[in-house]
Amino acid sequence: MNIVVCIKQVPDTTKVKTDQKTGRLIRKGVLSTINPFDMYALEEALVIKEKYGVKITVLSMGPPQAKHCLEFALSMGCDEAYLVSDRKFAGADTLATSYTIGCAIKKIKNFDLVLCGLKTIDGDTGQVGAGIAEFLKIPVIYYVDRIKKINQDRVIVRRELDDRTQTISSKLPCVISVLKGQNIPRMPSMKTMIESRNKKIKILTSEKLETDPDRIGLEGSPTNVLRVFEPGKKAHGKIIRKCPEELAEKLCGCLKKRSK
Amino acid sequence: MIQINKTKCNKCRRCEKACPFDAVSFSDYPEFNESCVLCGACEKICPTKAISIKRTSGKDTSESSGILVFAETKQDMILDISFELLTKANELSEKLDEKVMAVVLVSENTDVSILAEYGASKIYVFADTDFKKYNSEAYAKVISDLVKEINPSIFLIGATHIGRELAPRISSRLKTGLTADCTCLDINENGLLMQTRPAFGGNIMATIYTPNSRPQMATVRQKVIKKKKNPKNPEIIFKQSNYENKDIKIIKETIFSKTTDITDAEVIVAGGRGMGKKQGFDLLEKLADTLGARVGASRAAVESGWVDYPMQVGLSGKTVRPKIYIACGISGAVQHISGMENSDYIIAINIDENAPIFKIADLGIVGDVYEVLPRLISKLKSKV
Repeated sequence: MNIVVCIKQVPDTTKVKTDQKTGRLIRKGVLSTINPFDMYALEEALVIKEKYGVKITVLSMGPPQAKHCLEFALSMGCDEAYLVSDRKFAGADTLATSYTIGCAIKKIKNFDLVLCGLKTIDGDTGQVGAGIAEFLKIPVIYYVDRIKKINQDRVIVRRELDDRTQTISSKLPCVISVLKGQNIPRMPSMKTMIESRNKKIKILTSEKLETDPDRIGLEGSPTNVLRVFEPGKKAHGKIIRKCPEELAEKLCGCLKKRSK
Repeated sequence: MIQINKTKCNKCRRCEKACPFDAVSFSDYPEFNESCVLCGACEKICPTKAISIKRTSGKDTSESSGILVFAETKQDMILDISFELLTKANELSEKLDEKVMAVVLVSENTDVSILAEYGASKIYVFADTDFKKYNSEAYAKVISDLVKEINPSIFLIGATHIGRELAPRISSRLKTGLTADCTCLDINENGLLMQTRPAFGGNIMATIYTPNSRPQMATVRQKVIKKKKNPKNPEIIFKQSNYENKDIKIIKETIFSKTTDITDAEVIVAGGRGMGKKQGFDLLEKLADTLGARVGASRAAVESGWVDYPMQVGLSGKTVRPKIYIACGISGAVQHISGMENSDYIIAINIDENAPIFKIADLGIVGDVYEVLPRLISKLKSKV
């Protein structure tokens, strides 16, 4: 059995600050990291590996630097890594990205399960997992918090939605996105780190994947960004500084008036 | 495609500075890396007009017409998000002069006429006992086929868990664009849907559009639109569903009890890092009890393990729009604010008068929650 885990390299956005004057994001000196949501997908795959002895292929699409996050995934205990990287892929929206990653997974051939994180912390869309599933014509299940059972043909999972939980049986292969916080991602052990040293990251370019030029990069992206701007600020309300007794009195009056 | 006219370029490097995505680097001439999204900031700022952006165009989109809304249900009960989307769809339809339609999947004999009350003039109903439970494969198949048949220009889906899974599946099948988690929708002078959403954790907003493919698809956050009745005399069309259900089986579906959901609360008392400890939330519970409110929390409070994730308000939690939102000990990170700024009236209690929450609060109380709240609770009780 082969599990493909899709990961993305993202800027560590908790450390991103905006320039007070221009409102732009200051990206200089911001470190990159594996998208935190993807760490849960990696951990889930590693747990399955420990139980059933499967092979884990980790895959990322991005610039050449994104190989660092693949190296980290290998050192956690993944078996094989692919970097989908080509200047022609640049500027892809979620549709073009899904198509490109879909092509890469097809190239890997023997896969039984694709694991993704819930979403990325930079793009914040959570759309690519379902997009990949569509291109591979296989089912997709988001928000999975437990993989209950897995065999050659089917998987049984539990997932949590806004207002309900579902237990679902799906045929394999399928795409699963895992809920944040269902496991604690491990750090690489000395053993897995040493084992990973000789593993090479394979690069998949548009030529190798034989992608349709009309469906990749900017060309293949139906959405365009018109503009970016800082969120509007609301006008200041009233601010009061008094002793607690008076503050409570004031609040009480306000709540009485408002909650009618 | 971005084209650089090297003879025109005077190497002023303004494009490099103007780029909000840090996508421009400069050796001899500007170079664009993969972060570029063709936003046009460089094109606009270039004093010599050396940068030009060519966007692909040409597909005929004039055949598409109508605004379709996916009416989400919970075991055959139509959810509020559906009415919110219909309200928005009607607003957009005034600018476009196109009809508003809804698609709903339910069990046989379910009354869906309430969709007309909120402005659906055409309702497509797929009735099958299996649709009582949400099945992603079946839903995606049935809805994609309908969209192919009726060819709407806009298709709106709620940014609920179900919507977020379903929408990208459908948009990929239709090979069209999809914008996630929109907080604002409008129609521009060319009749295109302008979709605005928070990006980078709410630090910036981006307006996105889909010029050349149809439908223009968006998922829309809950509670950013205020539902409004707008009764129509609907045409209800029953459709046959033809799908084979073999890939996915829903073994069990359990609906949560209502009380855990804070999105419908009229008054929310929320606590953040400033509550300092788990027991602080007992105090908030007490206040909530007195007010008939529900308790929410910031991410900091959830991550400290004081309360559970379903209570989290913000970009990675719930979006709420109560009549009154009382933020206690919440400093007001952009991520939190984007989840509650549409509340009718915001009260903030915080000991730090420089906390950003005060910038959006209608009433700001500078003080210690542990001194103010107990007094407030006893005052509220004594006057009831």
